[in-house]
Amino acid sequence: MTMVLTATPPRHRRFANVTPTGAIMIGVWVLVLAGILYAFYDSIDSERLTTYGGRILTGFGVTLKLVVVSLFFGAILSLPIAAGRLSKHRLIAGLTFGYTYFFRGTPLIAQIFLIYYGAGQFAPQLKAVGLWLFFRDAFNCAVLSFALNTAAYQAEILAGAIRTVPMGQREAARALGLHAFNELRKVVLPQAFISALRPYGNEVILITKASSIASIITVLDLMGQTRFVFSKTYDLSFYFWAAAFYLVSVEIFSRFVNALERRITRHLHMRQAPH
Amino acid sequence: MPNLIALLAWGPNGWGDELAMGAFVTIALSIATLPGGLVAGFFIALAKQSRDPLIRLSAQIYTTLFRSMPDLLTLFVVYYGAQSLFSAFTNATFGVGLNFSPFVAGMIALGVVLASYVSEVFLSALRAIPHGQYEAAHAMGLHRWQTLRLIILPQLIRLALPGLSNLWLGLMKDTALVSAITLNDLLRETQIAVSSTKQPFFFYFVACMIYLAFSLISSVGIHRADAWAARGAHR
Repeated sequence: MTMVLTATPPRHRRFANVTPTGAIMIGVWVLVLAGILYAFYDSIDSERLTTYGGRILTGFGVTLKLVVVSLFFGAILSLPIAAGRLSKHRLIAGLTFGYTYFFRGTPLIAQIFLIYYGAGQFAPQLKAVGLWLFFRDAFNCAVLSFALNTAAYQAEILAGAIRTVPMGQREAARALGLHAFNELRKVVLPQAFISALRPYGNEVILITKASSIASIITVLDLMGQTRFVFSKTYDLSFYFWAAAFYLVSVEIFSRFVNALERRITRHLHMRQAPH
Repeated sequence: MPNLIALLAWGPNGWGDELAMGAFVTIALSIATLPGGLVAGFFIALAKQSRDPLIRLSAQIYTTLFRSMPDLLTLFVVYYGAQSLFSAFTNATFGVGLNFSPFVAGMIALGVVLASYVSEVFLSALRAIPHGQYEAAHAMGLHRWQTLRLIILPQLIRLALPGLSNLWLGLMKDTALVSAITLNDLLRETQIAVSSTKQPFFFYFVACMIYLAFSLISSVGIHRADAWAARGAHR
């Protein structure tokens, strides 16, 4: 860093550092955006949107349902798995490690195929136990594989967050005479939640994006409907509509996580000097 | 119950050689995607630290866009959209409408998504290097390039390696998506084997085990790379 003494203080103009390179880069983005907006305008004009727009909206609804249901069941399933990951019992710890390693180490699309097509192979047996009605539906198979997958990731997030709570906190809780359940509820989990929030938020976003894979096993979610409409119209603007839906949902959610993080960590900022 | 192990035999009666070919395509696609993604991601990270607000904004738009779009959607947009643009372009300039293969489409789509994640990893690694390191290099009379090569890069690699390793493991799994645009990777070869043998559970399980083996082998390499990058950090 070089210091230059000047008679006048440096002026802080907003665009003082703008270079031709930057202007060209932003120009390219403006052109791309204009192209996409034109594609939108074109699809509105040609009445393709009035014919197929409803499908895209229905698909978006299916995507939301897929994501919410999978995350809900995944969260429930992740609790015993996280407990197993933290367990000192070698067999339990080994089994839950194997579970998370399998679901985190293989592609989600292969897991979906394994469950959806694999279930088809065992149709007679599944019929015998009355589970065939569940596995027959592609949506259910997608939910099942997403839930199993996200349970593995959520268990790792939860176990990792609990490990970051210092041992002294637990010892202090015990010294105060708290029972194991209260120790967990009042001391460990509130602190673990702070370090788990951001990874949890990322996991929700990852599952939202990954839910598009369900379209490959014929679920008509946002991606599935978009592929269907594209196969009818060869109009690429529908992919841009789908991208806009994903982008806006992900952006809204990540802003929500940021706001939540500021709120739950406000006690950590209080000690800093006010400015 | 047919003999399942016999189905994995090499040659015309088994699917071992087909699966091996698919596994080779999966590995080749991952390795081919990596360099472009790393280099582009590195420059995007530098762009995010630029003094020019418009360069910063451009880089930010790139990351926001490709990190919030599903990989599958990016893949389809590249395969169908960029494909027709490219074909129109080559038709106008060379008079021949050229297409790119599913392999190239997969490489581009996975590469642009990878670059957006790589840039975030490099950015946080760059921010983790204290400013005193630059000042010390300056005080020792090193030039900009020397500072980057001798002082910053060795630390940057050590700091970025864990993040980059995760991206590599993710990339190998994401290549499975290209089976949707008919590239004969491991997953698609498995699908072909399934449609002929009617043994989906067995074959998809084998495919999963092969992916798992890849990440296991990668973990060994990553562990070594970590040790190499941290060779100056522990005393």
